[in-house]
Amino acid sequence: MRSSNEIAVAAANAAGAYVSLSQVGKTYASARGPIPALVDINLDIKPHEFVSVVGPSGCGKSTLLKLVAGLEGVSAGSVQIAGRPLNGPPDGLGVVFQRDVLLDWRTILDNVLLSIEFTRKPSAAERARAMGLLKRFGLAGFEDRFPFELSGGMRQRASICRALLADPELLLMDEPFGALDAMTRDDLNVELAQIWQDTRKTLLFITHSIVEAVFLSDRVVMMSKTPGKIVDTITVDLPRPRRLAVRDSAEFATFVQRIRHHFAELGILKE
Amino acid sequence: MMAFLKRLIGGESETRDVFVVIAAALLLWEIGVWIFHPSPLILPAPSVIVVEFFKAPGLYLRHLAFTLLMTLIGFGLSVVLGVALSVGIIYSRFLERTAYTLLVVLNSIPKVALAPLFVIWMGTGPEPKVAIALMLAIFPIVIDSVLGLRSVDPDMLNLARVSKASPWAVLTKIRFPCALPSLFAGMKVGISLALVGAIVGEFVAGNYGIGFQILVAQGQFDTVRVFVSLLLLGIVGAVLFFLVNYAERLLLPWHVSQRARSDRSGS
Repeated sequence: MRSSNEIAVAAANAAGAYVSLSQVGKTYASARGPIPALVDINLDIKPHEFVSVVGPSGCGKSTLLKLVAGLEGVSAGSVQIAGRPLNGPPDGLGVVFQRDVLLDWRTILDNVLLSIEFTRKPSAAERARAMGLLKRFGLAGFEDRFPFELSGGMRQRASICRALLADPELLLMDEPFGALDAMTRDDLNVELAQIWQDTRKTLLFITHSIVEAVFLSDRVVMMSKTPGKIVDTITVDLPRPRRLAVRDSAEFATFVQRIRHHFAELGILKE
Repeated sequence: MMAFLKRLIGGESETRDVFVVIAAALLLWEIGVWIFHPSPLILPAPSVIVVEFFKAPGLYLRHLAFTLLMTLIGFGLSVVLGVALSVGIIYSRFLERTAYTLLVVLNSIPKVALAPLFVIWMGTGPEPKVAIALMLAIFPIVIDSVLGLRSVDPDMLNLARVSKASPWAVLTKIRFPCALPSLFAGMKVGISLALVGAIVGEFVAGNYGIGFQILVAQGQFDTVRVFVSLLLLGIVGAVLFFLVNYAERLLLPWHVSQRARSDRSGS
């Protein structure tokens, strides 16, 4: 059950979309034959738009992110970024993974600089920028510490700094706060909302938390599983900047209920 | 007196543990010899062994130095070749299926039995000693470092791909540092095996080294001199192992195993 005119919208937006997936499918080979992970995915993300994908575990939302990141190839359809068909990871891309994947033997600052150091020596300006980002994320004074000396939330903040360092056009986040405790998660939601407000990155955010998706996003894409497909897309027009208190508002509750209700109809959530 | 013993045994220092255990074992040995008077041909007292060493320390130390040199050259080569081979195995499907398979198969045969072959191939000089030490040490090093190079978080590699890292950058910045703890595990086994290899080489052929000394003393039924050599080997083996261990602590202060240790001693 796809949102009524999704394909028409996709066609209309194709020119202006930064990320454009059209009729994308992904099938994995297995000993018992091919397993479809994603079927007929049509999704356009406009420049500077914050889009979240929510869905149950195993609905292929992480696979979707890997396709957009160019880390895996599509089995059908096409992915375009900035109007160009994807062939490997695109330029101007930052990714934040569920685990912070910081290198244990590098200091926090060196970990943030890593995304540049893979290809060249960071300039003094880039080092300064890294310091600035760390400060912005409340990690001033921790530049020379090692990851094991930091809490989970601080580590994930550092990994967000790393993704932002090269000032990417497109930011992909794969359940970045999934492993954090509820309070740290709230903190990071607010910080991410603020940084997005300031930088207006085009952002694709994968999560299994409906509340998180509504709080952060311009649009929430809902997916169902086996095989993974998009079942609906909801535009969240809550005013920005959003503070944590917005979650107590009636409008916010309505968005959450709509999404939850929809998942319930599909038999994914119990009401 | 009790308080002193308690302090000696009580604390938690690994080095002290080692010395206390060794001293206690030697003491028991000495007392045992006093009480049971075994034939000196069977088991001489530690004190006698030490006295024997000081009769000709230069002789023993010269032979020990030779054995140590063979061990270190063999071990050094096994680390260099082992790491190079592991990297090859990781990046080449062909090498993985050929060299690695062969290595795993060969590992299960008693390699010491090959020692006489090396003498036929290389003569009775230092070469076969180094070669046997190398052959014994390289197996754990390759097997452990292949394991280490492989056990990298897939998302770490994804991050590298997204950042357009070259294969060289992935190797030097991610895979190799990730593999260091495993490599050190292999090196700890390898250093002891290298010493075994050098001794076996000296047993099989040659006229120098502590292994040769043992053979000569055995031919003369001079048990005391056999024990002098054994004791020296024990000390050298332990020192080599602790040197590798120390290098690991210096190089990998970030690793979990080291952290647990420092947490404990810190508390």
